[in-house]
Amino acid sequence: MSSVLYDAPGPVARRRELWGSVIGTLVILGALFLAARYAAGRGVFQADRWDVLWDPPKGQSAGAVWRSILVNGLGATLRAAAIAAPLALVLGLLLAVWRRAANAVVRAPAIAVVELFRGLPVLVVMFFGWVGFGMKPMQAVIFGLVLYNMAIIAEILRAGLAALPRGQAEASLAIGMTRWQTLRTVELPQAVRTMTPSLVAQLVVLLKDSSLGFIIGYPELLRAIQNNTQYFGQKYSVALFAVGALVYLAINISLSRLAVRLQRRGSKRTAGAIDGQRAAAELPAGAVVLDPAAGRDRMGP
Amino acid sequence: MDIFVDNLPAYWSGFRVTLLLTLYSGAASLVVGAVLAAFRVAPLRPLRIFATTYVEVFRNTPLTLVFFGMVLVAPQFGIIPPLGFWTAVLCLTLYTSAFVSEALRSGINSVGVGQAEAARAIGLTFGQSLTLVILPQAVRTVIPPLINVIIALAKNTSVAAGFATVELLASGRRLTQAYPGEGMLIFAGVAAFYLLFTIPAGLLATSIEKKVAFAR
Repeated sequence: MSSVLYDAPGPVARRRELWGSVIGTLVILGALFLAARYAAGRGVFQADRWDVLWDPPKGQSAGAVWRSILVNGLGATLRAAAIAAPLALVLGLLLAVWRRAANAVVRAPAIAVVELFRGLPVLVVMFFGWVGFGMKPMQAVIFGLVLYNMAIIAEILRAGLAALPRGQAEASLAIGMTRWQTLRTVELPQAVRTMTPSLVAQLVVLLKDSSLGFIIGYPELLRAIQNNTQYFGQKYSVALFAVGALVYLAINISLSRLAVRLQRRGSKRTAGAIDGQRAAAELPAGAVVLDPAAGRDRMGP
Repeated sequence: MDIFVDNLPAYWSGFRVTLLLTLYSGAASLVVGAVLAAFRVAPLRPLRIFATTYVEVFRNTPLTLVFFGMVLVAPQFGIIPPLGFWTAVLCLTLYTSAFVSEALRSGINSVGVGQAEAARAIGLTFGQSLTLVILPQAVRTVIPPLINVIIALAKNTSVAAGFATVELLASGRRLTQAYPGEGMLIFAGVAAFYLLFTIPAGLLATSIEKKVAFAR
């Protein structure tokens, strides 16, 4: 897209671009250098601020530190996510199907549930479980993650069902399938497949949201980092924080990449199919369809 | 129900802080996000790399981690952020601007390639084709996603409750300490206030979306 906005650069423009790139790089590197020098001046990079990672004080072993972060902390984060994700998926699917009911009165509760939990911060739902129902922190975290994400997954699946060409449902109804058979054997499989990238991207949000457990006292990754900092002393907080941030980035970026790859593969597969032609007829050539779930629902805390 | 009515002032002051957080960090994120989005379509490679890295990092970082870093780790660098409101605004802005930039960029991308090609074909420069052809069309498609980002921001302000900002959720938490055993009712009030903002804004986004869907 961006390459359409300007000409393929000629020799003069290329030279100018080269200079611009060099200067831009220098400015950015210079800023980074100044920041690093400032931090070094504060002693942030001295080995005695980082040795907690390989030779911790207080007679502890490095293995124990890493175990508390990666096994206990990250383990708790992943455990909450691993329990919440399938539950949210099943309940989201149920809500999406419920919303397809022929009768508006039957549909209403499903719509209300989705709108209610989409509109609430996950943390508020967790507090409901924790303070309101007196749940344990882990239960409250899972409670919040499931209720919020089931609403989002229901929305994603609804968008997937709405994006299917009408002909799909019409054809299966025409050959005598019931509405339920149509939904189950024709519409849902296609909707789930087209929406797989969005569903994977929602996993990233779910994993990120599990960090809210920190606030209600669930001993997840951030809490493990904080406990270590409090035990070994504030001067190690940079090193321990760096570990936590890198763990989150590594997991979430891999999941995001997976979502993008699934999306590319999906769009290649349907390029010549009916929905591809339909999309081509309705949208200007080359237009990228806006992701219906982008923004609001992708942006968990 | 009495608890709710009696403590309306406490709810209201919390809600006001939530709205102010949303307002300030929303405005700042729109500016920063627009700059980042411009960087991402700019011809200069370092700007593109910088903006892409920023967006990629903050989109994949939990907001809690941003708060955690700002409140507990930044002092190690000699940066001591004022505890509470303005730190929350800073963290929310850092986080939300990545999403604003993404929404704007997908808006720019959603304008048909033919539009840009035509603009270039009649001899408009990069600046002209962006400001006269692409952006006016992109802005319309971009408003619903932007509203959605602001809704998410309003919900995300609740994270500040865990870091010494007394907004809506923290006000509710204080009430539960004054009235133990009434947690359900008190948080139902908190939830109602959030919905007071998020549901109308969501409806607005949907209705605008329906209108602009046929504009092109």
